[in-house]
Amino acid sequence: MNTMTVSRRSFIKVSALAGGGLMLGFKVIARSMEEEATEEGVYSLNAFLKIDSKGIVTIMAPNPEVGQGVKTSLPMLVAEELDVKWEDVVVEQAPLNRSFERQVAGGSGSIRSSWESFRKAGAGAKQLLTEAAAKTWSVNVSECLAENGFVIHKPSGKKLGYGEVAGKASTLTTLAEIKLKDPKDYKIIGTRVRNVDTKNIVTGKSLYGIDTRREGMFYTMVARPTFGKKLKSFDDVETRKVPGVKNVVRWENRVAVLATSTWAAKKGRDALKLEWEDEKLESTIDHQEAFKKLIQQKHDAPKRNDGDVDKSLAGSKKVLESTFEAPFLPHASMEPMNFFADVKDGKAEVYGPTQTPARTRTEIAKALNIFEDNVTVGMSRQGGGFGRRLQADYSVEAAMISSIAKAPVQVIWTREDDMQGGFYRPTGMYRYRAAITDNNELDAWYLIAAASNQPNASRENSFPAGAVPNFRIDSHNLESNITIGPWRAPNHNFIAFAEETFIDEIATELKKDAVALRLELLDRAKNNKFGAVTYDVDKYKAVIKTAAEMGNWGKQGKDGIYKGFGAHFSFGTYVAQVADVSIEAGKVRVHKIYCAVDCGRVINPSGAENQIEGGIIDGIGHALFGELTFEKGVALQKNFNTYKLIRMPDAPLAIEVKFIDTEASPQGLGEPCLPPVIPAITNAIFAATGQRVRRLPVSLMTFS
Amino acid sequence: MATYSLNINGKPYPVEAAPDTPLLWVLRDELNLVGTKYGCGVAQCGACTVHLNDTAMRSCSLPVSAVGNKKITTIEGLSEKGDHPLQLAWDEADVPQCGYCQAGQIMTAAALLKHNANPTDKDIDKAMAGNICRCGTYKRIRQAIHLAAQKGGKS
Repeated sequence: MNTMTVSRRSFIKVSALAGGGLMLGFKVIARSMEEEATEEGVYSLNAFLKIDSKGIVTIMAPNPEVGQGVKTSLPMLVAEELDVKWEDVVVEQAPLNRSFERQVAGGSGSIRSSWESFRKAGAGAKQLLTEAAAKTWSVNVSECLAENGFVIHKPSGKKLGYGEVAGKASTLTTLAEIKLKDPKDYKIIGTRVRNVDTKNIVTGKSLYGIDTRREGMFYTMVARPTFGKKLKSFDDVETRKVPGVKNVVRWENRVAVLATSTWAAKKGRDALKLEWEDEKLESTIDHQEAFKKLIQQKHDAPKRNDGDVDKSLAGSKKVLESTFEAPFLPHASMEPMNFFADVKDGKAEVYGPTQTPARTRTEIAKALNIFEDNVTVGMSRQGGGFGRRLQADYSVEAAMISSIAKAPVQVIWTREDDMQGGFYRPTGMYRYRAAITDNNELDAWYLIAAASNQPNASRENSFPAGAVPNFRIDSHNLESNITIGPWRAPNHNFIAFAEETFIDEIATELKKDAVALRLELLDRAKNNKFGAVTYDVDKYKAVIKTAAEMGNWGKQGKDGIYKGFGAHFSFGTYVAQVADVSIEAGKVRVHKIYCAVDCGRVINPSGAENQIEGGIIDGIGHALFGELTFEKGVALQKNFNTYKLIRMPDAPLAIEVKFIDTEASPQGLGEPCLPPVIPAITNAIFAATGQRVRRLPVSLMTFS
Repeated sequence: MATYSLNINGKPYPVEAAPDTPLLWVLRDELNLVGTKYGCGVAQCGACTVHLNDTAMRSCSLPVSAVGNKKITTIEGLSEKGDHPLQLAWDEADVPQCGYCQAGQIMTAAALLKHNANPTDKDIDKAMAGNICRCGTYKRIRQAIHLAAQKGGKS
């Protein structure tokens, strides 16, 4: 039994619901004194949890829903401790509100950051309801029990529904101690709960930002510069002739066309005559040339430097060297960027898809030069994010256009706008060297990385850090005007491929089994470590062994199927995978992925497996096909006819998932299963063909 | 601008639109049938799939002037109560992640089941290859199509 002492004032706030019922507001436990002080006066109570007099329980889902399933899994935490039937729960998306702790979809952090506090909110409400029932019956609260939406007086068997005591519970003022359930009593956590929005999704209900429709709203499309260009002038004579076009406004280097339909806005935008001025125009080939030079140079400030790699590399019998190349990747979320904004009288109301509503508020307030409290941010369901919607460029743009045009607008990006106007996964080059001793031991590991706008393109404490006596990571930054940003499992999404391929190359050189070598190195990290070890060796080994067992590791070439291995630790979660791959007429076919995961306690196995399956298919797709290239600041892949995303026929028919059984607190899951699948398939390609994949995407290679 | 009378989900809809307006934007902007989604605008992703006389069509690339009196079915009209076998199977298999592409996936799958009541994995690959799911729910989409087929998915 977990017991937590919390003062009620600093945690939850209770008030009466109109019509009789309980409304419970949620406050942050750890909050600065300053904010605590202002909040009392300025911010109204947010209705996190509502129980009406009929017993209907409404739980707000505070975090942005981009497909990671938190709109389902976070309310599960509350419902579990409140002890209600999941069927009786209604889930609603909350808007941005300062009293929520962390309204972000990023860093695989929603469950991790809310695991304690959300359960406490549910448990606190249950205690208030129990107390209210005890008072109604004039009995001692210790004789009462609450479960499945009822408070029961044990000695008499009397029962009251939560709805019947909710009104009274709202008048109670004491709540000194919140007791959490023993996990063995869980009825909702750990069960397969389906996505709460599925019925609305499959019937085409208005859910997404792009579906927003408001009185007087103008559909708006914007002409934006490609990278390295500036708007010199524009001519909108033809644009204004397009039926439905109502206004044309300029904001900085952009020209916005406001119209009564999306199509009119697009036709109007396409009819603009724009004159651009060149600044610095960059091409992929320039980046590659610059990277080639940088990876030959030592960095003055290594990210990690154990032992002496130079000495080891110079004195060893054998040195292996491989260079890996990462292309830019766009996020390409299916719902393109869009945002609704209505700015008037010094206030802004904005609504749409964002992974960071708080950042959206801050940046819009800054751009409009108004107080943050005058910006209201509402969140729609989002057609994917993958990191793109952590940026506020498109919401700020909508707010500025609304402000300039003095009208409510919905700015919609076309797919082409989205491909050209991204904040991409950075491009980079990674030069690895390894020294092998006379005793066939790995003695040195030296990475010199270079990436665009990314001063730390590596994860310096990533395995095999700690297992190698001489270990150094250097990272060079190449400044670029092509904007980059987090892309699902930032850095990990490439570094896992490079590291785990290089480990495979070392295993081949040492004539060791690739799994055995990983386990041997992990033992070194545990028993004879060099420098800091920031991963848990036993958890790492457990997933590796489990995946190897699931995937019948060791049997190569049976029925033309070749196996590859990949493992990686990120966002608190350990993942190992075996890929079954064949080459059919020169084409890579991924048949099956075996995946072992230690992500701590699993809240919703159906949602968790969906994230794993999706992460794996996403990883396979981008490894096989993903590449965005630039010529003079212009993205050469403009839509899905030239930028290939994985489709049904290329996805594996089978994905087998096994969770390590653990009582540990839940860890991240939206991102960690993507990185290791890439080396799993490329190592399998090597097993099948003898050809090493060192540059992504795989589609650049031909296989005989 | 021209006036059209569209037959959508069994009901007549008079609309005024420029003849080159893709059916997608007429549905979304003029008629507020927003279940049909924009994803690419060039018939590459399938998010905008509707049925035109029972055949799956990409509405983003179909000018409203070319529709004529053909019968249009959108996700909103696939079933009266949201209980088409595919809609139920999508829930049972817990398919959606972000969910944005799923209306298009279902419309394509519904057209497949009309012509092929018991599709093989290869049939599904072929029929569904035009619909992108960026979240990668393909395994569950396949499972849901099989589920719906087992339950007599034509409806």
